[in-house]
Amino acid sequence: MSDLKYGVSRRGLLKGGAAVGAGLALPTIFTSAARAQYLNEPTGASVTLGFNVPQTGAYADEGADELRAYELAVEHINAGGGGMLDTFSSKALAGGGVNGKKVEFVTGDTQTKSDAARASAKRMIEKDGAIMITGGSSSGVAIAVQSLCQEAGVIFMAGLTHSNDTTGKDRRRNGFRHFFNTEMSGAALGPILESNYGKDRNAYHLTADYTWGWSQENSMKTYTESIGWNTVEAVRTPLGAGDFSQYITPVLNSGADTLVLNHYGKDMVNSLTQAVQFGLRDKQVNGKDFVVVVPLYSRLMAQGAGENVKGIFGSTNWHWSLQDEGSKAFVTAFGQKYGFPPSQAAHTTYCQAILYADAAQRAGTFNPCGVVEALEGFEFDGLGNGPTLYRAEDHQCFKPVLVVKGKENPSSQFDILEVVDVTPTEKVMYGTDHPDFQGGELGECNAGA
Amino acid sequence: MDAILLQILNGLDKGGAYALIALGLTLIFGTLGVVNFAHGALFMLGAFCAVTLNKLITLQKIVLDPTQTTAWGTPMEVRTPYAEAWFGDAGSLIVDFSVPLAILVAIPIMLIVGLIMERGLIRHFYNRPHADQILVTFGLAIVIQEIIKSFYGANPIPQTAPDMFSGSADIGVLIGVDAGAVVYPYWRMVYLGFSLLLIGGVMAFLQFTTFGMVVRAGMADRETVGLMGINIERRFTIVFGLAAIVAGLAGVMYTPIVPPDYHMGMDFLVLSFVVVVVGGMGSLGGAVAAGFLLGIVQSFASMNEVKDIVPGIDQIIIYLIAVIILLVRPRGLMGRKGVMES
Repeated sequence: MSDLKYGVSRRGLLKGGAAVGAGLALPTIFTSAARAQYLNEPTGASVTLGFNVPQTGAYADEGADELRAYELAVEHINAGGGGMLDTFSSKALAGGGVNGKKVEFVTGDTQTKSDAARASAKRMIEKDGAIMITGGSSSGVAIAVQSLCQEAGVIFMAGLTHSNDTTGKDRRRNGFRHFFNTEMSGAALGPILESNYGKDRNAYHLTADYTWGWSQENSMKTYTESIGWNTVEAVRTPLGAGDFSQYITPVLNSGADTLVLNHYGKDMVNSLTQAVQFGLRDKQVNGKDFVVVVPLYSRLMAQGAGENVKGIFGSTNWHWSLQDEGSKAFVTAFGQKYGFPPSQAAHTTYCQAILYADAAQRAGTFNPCGVVEALEGFEFDGLGNGPTLYRAEDHQCFKPVLVVKGKENPSSQFDILEVVDVTPTEKVMYGTDHPDFQGGELGECNAGA
Repeated sequence: MDAILLQILNGLDKGGAYALIALGLTLIFGTLGVVNFAHGALFMLGAFCAVTLNKLITLQKIVLDPTQTTAWGTPMEVRTPYAEAWFGDAGSLIVDFSVPLAILVAIPIMLIVGLIMERGLIRHFYNRPHADQILVTFGLAIVIQEIIKSFYGANPIPQTAPDMFSGSADIGVLIGVDAGAVVYPYWRMVYLGFSLLLIGGVMAFLQFTTFGMVVRAGMADRETVGLMGINIERRFTIVFGLAAIVAGLAGVMYTPIVPPDYHMGMDFLVLSFVVVVVGGMGSLGGAVAAGFLLGIVQSFASMNEVKDIVPGIDQIIIYLIAVIILLVRPRGLMGRKGVMES
């Protein structure tokens, strides 16, 4: 074997190169391990949260309200007080910021489409370094983004998602839901419907044909049938049908005296408006007044249905007219900043941002596994819903549920709904073995590193 | 029997809207040879003419009342509509009839919008492939949608029919069926009547006026009409404006049926194209007939009895019919030879 010029052999060069390479790589391995205990660990003076809300599409107005609430929450977190942070039972955030870092945020547009929502969440995680993703206004989107966050290794704090599946068969260790679900709506509405409309009713369901609609229909059927009601028919309607007349006319001669509209948003506005146009609410069937029920109300959307919501029962996660200290503080802070009261979407997203920040502060880390541990089984109060539990087994918040009714004499354009009952937590709480929530596992927490 | 009658009424009513939009699409395609994907946006713009007029005539004088405060601590706003303050009962009547009155506003606005669209953008695409035309008009539709959304938000804005048309008619009593068995909203019947009137008006205009005769001649043979010294292009521009008016008026009158939002045009666009294809490209009569036909078929397919036999048929029936028609009669029901066949 011939030596190369300068007296260095090929073997010697390879050995030397390998040694130098290993030497250079070794500290990097150690430092990278030291640096990245978890994905997007903040190294500077700030930490980035990703607000993934519908900024375009049918739920853009709801998304805009969520974003307003997030901005307010960030303001309060960085200031160490203000709004519901002052009434929140945990005082961990009183120092301002989280773990000594200023909270900053980036936003994404879910477009209320699962693929677009996943793409924007991915962008915020990979390019903007978001440590947590939150927001959204659809169960389909929430389930899709929750699964992405689990795979990526960041926390997902769900926004407005009401399907049982979010914390049922599709639950994930990295995902948490503050909003209530269809099971709770059914449990809260059942007794109110019984006391107002009796045990002998024939119900006709019109149901939005996707995960939330099926979940809502199932829960309403369970609870109305348990009080003695008969389900005449349950008809699936395409999402965004616009004109529901061909689905409403069969109700007229079906023998039903109750119409349950398992619709949300634009579908709810349209189907309810058209049901009223077809004279359903003026109708008498089986010697009873025909009634309509809207299991999930949104005040923002109810404004679209105008006069037609008057006297109609439904449920909601929160309402700005509540008189507890937390709700009053939130309504004041939000109203003074934006000039109108917050929606339930704004409320739940504000709570989720505060709850995440508080958990990270109590855990002393942004490591998702630390945050998960801090949130599991966390009991709190002062966020507008009364005493609340983040149940460890499924990451679902348990709190009282509001039963509301379209107000007969509204005093302003925001005064659409009135709270008729606050159903206590024990009445809406279900066991971890509930059949509608089976088929999924939380799995292990993923820190992404 | 009751259910069948109700679904026929539903179908006619829905078909009225399809027919009006498809009529405009066919007019534009037949005269200018342009596949106009922005036509749904014109329907939506018409609806927002009604929304805008309603907003204007219900403008309210806002006075802050320091003696009352909102839940968030600012002085309460006391709102008084100007129309009622200035004109009393007449003002209330104007507010009540804002949707029909919007027709008067929508005609000039839609004409101007149509002329600007045609002169400003679409004429540059006459000699371009249909794919280019589709892309540019679809892009234009998205731009129009987003403009409307930035002004009016994404939520539907309900419009009410005049009080006298707000209830529903018990047709069952009239035809000797049980009372309450066949109930149909007055406004939907008004809409059906209005669409028939408008379709009849457009057809009569094309059939019985010199302008219409020239346009029809131009549709049949553009070059020959041009060789006779007639400025056919200018007439076609006016036809575009006319199609925009038809779509706009269909939108105005539709607002009490489905609360308008920025996306409503897109919901109708695809269906209307299917209507045009089924009716036959370039055939006005075909577009109208197919509009009503598909409206009725869609309504029947939504009946529970039908869905029990073929689940989900209501979602695909229109497209299924389009496939069958295209297989059996490639030119559509009343399509002319040579249209889109070069």
